[in-house]
Amino acid sequence: MTTDIERVTGTALDRVEGRDKVTGLARYAYEYPADDIAYVVPVPAAIARGTITGIDPGDALAVPGVLTVLSFRNAPPLAGNDPELRIFSSDRVSYRGQMVAAVVADTLEAAAEAARLVHVGYDAEPHDVLLRPDHPEAYVPEKVNPSFPAVSEQGDVEAALGDAAVTVDTTYTTPAYHNNAMEPHATLAVWSGDRLTAYDSNQGSSTARDMLAAAFGLEPGQVRVVSPHVGGGFGSKGTPRPQIVLAALAARAVGRPAKVALTRQHMFAVTGYRTPSIQRVRLGADASGRMTALAHEVEEQTSTLKEFAEQTAVPSRMMYAAPNRLTTHRVVALDVATPSWMRAPGECPGMYALESAMDELAVACGLDPIELRVRNEPEEDPESGLPWSSRNVVACLREGAAWFGWAGRDPAPGVRRDGRWLVGTGVAASTYPARRRPSEATARATADGRFTVRIAAADIGTGSRTALTQIAADALGVPPERVDVRIGDSALPTASLAGGSMGTASWGSAVAMACVRLRERLDGAGGEVPEDGIEARYDTADDIKADAAYARHAFGAQFAEVRVDPGTGEIRVPRLLGVFAAGRIINAKTARSQFIGGMTMGLAMALLEESVPDAEFGGFLNHDLAQYHVPANADVANIDARWIEEDDPHLNPMGSKGIGEIGIVGTAAAIGNAVHHATGVRFRDLPIRPDRVLDRAPQIGGRNL
Amino acid sequence: MRPFTFVRAIDADQAVAGYAREPEWAMYLGGGTNLVDLMRLGVAEPGLLIDVTRLPYDRVEEAPGGGLRIGAAVRNSDLAADPAVRRDYPVLAAALLAGASGQLRNQATVGGNLLQRTRCGYFQDVTKPCNKRRSGSGCPAVEGDHRNLAILGHSEHCVATHPSDMAVALTALGATVHVRGRAGERIVPMPGLHRLPGDEPDRDTVLDPGDLITAVELPPLELAARSRYRKVRERASFAFALVSVAAALDAEDGAVRDCRIALGGVAHVPWRAEAAEEELRGGPATDDAFRAAADAELAAARPLRDNGYKVPLARELIVRTLAELRDGTGADASGGTP
Repeated sequence: MTTDIERVTGTALDRVEGRDKVTGLARYAYEYPADDIAYVVPVPAAIARGTITGIDPGDALAVPGVLTVLSFRNAPPLAGNDPELRIFSSDRVSYRGQMVAAVVADTLEAAAEAARLVHVGYDAEPHDVLLRPDHPEAYVPEKVNPSFPAVSEQGDVEAALGDAAVTVDTTYTTPAYHNNAMEPHATLAVWSGDRLTAYDSNQGSSTARDMLAAAFGLEPGQVRVVSPHVGGGFGSKGTPRPQIVLAALAARAVGRPAKVALTRQHMFAVTGYRTPSIQRVRLGADASGRMTALAHEVEEQTSTLKEFAEQTAVPSRMMYAAPNRLTTHRVVALDVATPSWMRAPGECPGMYALESAMDELAVACGLDPIELRVRNEPEEDPESGLPWSSRNVVACLREGAAWFGWAGRDPAPGVRRDGRWLVGTGVAASTYPARRRPSEATARATADGRFTVRIAAADIGTGSRTALTQIAADALGVPPERVDVRIGDSALPTASLAGGSMGTASWGSAVAMACVRLRERLDGAGGEVPEDGIEARYDTADDIKADAAYARHAFGAQFAEVRVDPGTGEIRVPRLLGVFAAGRIINAKTARSQFIGGMTMGLAMALLEESVPDAEFGGFLNHDLAQYHVPANADVANIDARWIEEDDPHLNPMGSKGIGEIGIVGTAAAIGNAVHHATGVRFRDLPIRPDRVLDRAPQIGGRNL
Repeated sequence: MRPFTFVRAIDADQAVAGYAREPEWAMYLGGGTNLVDLMRLGVAEPGLLIDVTRLPYDRVEEAPGGGLRIGAAVRNSDLAADPAVRRDYPVLAAALLAGASGQLRNQATVGGNLLQRTRCGYFQDVTKPCNKRRSGSGCPAVEGDHRNLAILGHSEHCVATHPSDMAVALTALGATVHVRGRAGERIVPMPGLHRLPGDEPDRDTVLDPGDLITAVELPPLELAARSRYRKVRERASFAFALVSVAAALDAEDGAVRDCRIALGGVAHVPWRAEAAEEELRGGPATDDAFRAAADAELAAARPLRDNGYKVPLARELIVRTLAELRDGTGADASGGTP
């Protein structure tokens, strides 16, 4: 490695593909050309549960340009272990919007028109799409994602709560959320004999390749997935989605390249979403605010197709010291699409509940909420007993308090008025695990003095291509202008996907080590690059197996100022500050974007976003961006992210923790806590909409009408 | 999307005659910001689209008897920026700017804005019943999702709301709509263009098939110079109103000489608050009187299971907006600067 003076990691290097993106040169999945493309439009199920009694493609086939109508009647069986991807495999309908047929045509217009003319007959059965407390079908799963026990117990929570000087017992609910990446899920599939190439929008081309190979009974070497640019995923493109299978199926059926892009409405049905949750949190503390008991019990949903159990209570296993602890998850299989990954699965909804309850405990104890958290710092991971690789949540809280101007805050709720606004401030802590997965990379030096790094990493808009360029430049000891990083193609060395805030840590480890190896080989060759270049390869699998046992997590603190108009129910967030401790920051510019992007999504979780289930017909009601409210610029005023540099030797060659998800963790709690501070009323169901504020306006002090 | 024929009319005669040849399938196309969406969704299935944006109705000019005549093809952005509108009818400029986004306002026309359809989720989903879309199929919103639907003037057949902000201001101002039909020209007053759902919720307006809006005329109205628009929505920008109010007030020596009030987001029509106006005229311009006027208007409200919040919200907006007009104080929706 080079000296700190020359390091390019940590600087605010512009995105290396930024110019391509803003000038339109960067090509996304649906923009790839091919000769003689056929267009595919899927037909969504119009019932939530039942059996298909008939499919009449006659009118659809009569539309000029229509090539075929695919359904369970004529589609070849698919293999693979994900029932959401084995499309057209049976006559069963498991949720509204599930793909039941698809039209393939010469033009998109013909396919779209014909899709509406495919007449599907159903034998509908009664359905149940509503998560509710104490659902009779709820059960404790064997594990929650990815492989945690569903239940954990330490000590005797009930006894400790009975003995506690101060207790809090509250229930919070969060609705379903959709990831809503800007770029829709889209694929162009091209067969050449028994070899398949898919230009696809995903969070990991190696993962997508392996799934496609399994689905079509091919060797991974027969499949190539190309995804150099991806317009966001937020988790919804981690697990491959049915459009990639549909494109490949259609292309094979008509013997031509086939292209499909899901509509926004259909994305709400088949690309995953975050489960709604009902979370009961009970806290017990002694008179000084030291917690004696922490219980976090979660109910959430899965589908009848497969089990997806979000790890919502898992952060309560490590966040605070408490000798008596209980965390449980129960799921109920409803007639819904399978929930899936969305930014900070587990931590995002779980920390909303825990950090809201901590605020309630602070009020009950008469303690400042920062001080309460400091008093309950665990010296080691409470459940595993492992040492922290580094843990700087207290530093984040303290530094954030200074930057935000927390000192001297009057804890009394509902007493600050500025014109029509009630004003309040709130705080919450954040955390997200720091992990890495095995990946391979190659680094090659060429005689022209340049270096090429290859790895099937993904840049879904996060800046990972740029971060890897910086990591490689530092490992090679050359300026970043001399490094070309090739990613987004399964033909490159196999890599883990962009998810779980593991991308840069996983890929960067392989890239850094491949570059170190290349330098060793170059040094061995006397510093001369041979005519035909020189290359090194590195696979991190053994390194990761040998990683010492530590509890590795990033931490943070979120501060919010809110203004609530009790007469109109409007809530504004004039200030939002996040302070994060996430190891070494690789790129100051893209990291800041990641943090404030996550915080913006957290603001939306607090006040705006929700996917409304349709109890009568199934599916989700507000399935477009006019009805599902992501924030507009006017919703986000003064938002700032800062970080504390950590020197943590137990992570990876870069010393970095993931930053893609922690920004959304705790934000909604900080805003909800600030709303309480402003109004004196606890809103425990998200989002805190104007109608909810107005419905409880009589409880809010200080109305002047 | 159903295949369709597209023609561009160059004058009103051509447009109206074109429509008359295909009355079952023809539709006029303005900016297309709503109609094209509805075509993509299968809600609207015109076989013939007649583009009327090139008709010579793109000017804002003084009307013969005073007031303003606004061409039906004037873009929303241009109307909001018009100096005479900003000076003499600020409520209209504010209502326009409270709607949609800058890009949509650049595209949307005055005529199209008046004729946009409800954003009720059931109406926009052809796989579900909707009396407005398919007469007699039922209204799932009555028992289903109606949090942002009507509290006034609805029927068991339809609880949809009209989505326009601009139309609320025009209703308060008592605009007239100039219509060109097969039988010649006629004038439709506002309120009066839009209709309550009753048992025919598929009919949004009193217009006949083939009627073409050519202009909107604002009457000379001195009190409109003191007017404003206030909108509450779930996101700070780019969302339809939960409730909005357009109001103008002429108060002197503590008494109300005249006023105009209309509500948005509460009914199948932009709702002129005639009962409130009646209560106020000639009475004191006090907060108490404003409250009594709001109560007089909202006595007719019949909220549904999940939209009762709109009653106190409408009341609050009426009272505040009138008080701000009386006092000359500003409405600040931003939450203040940090």
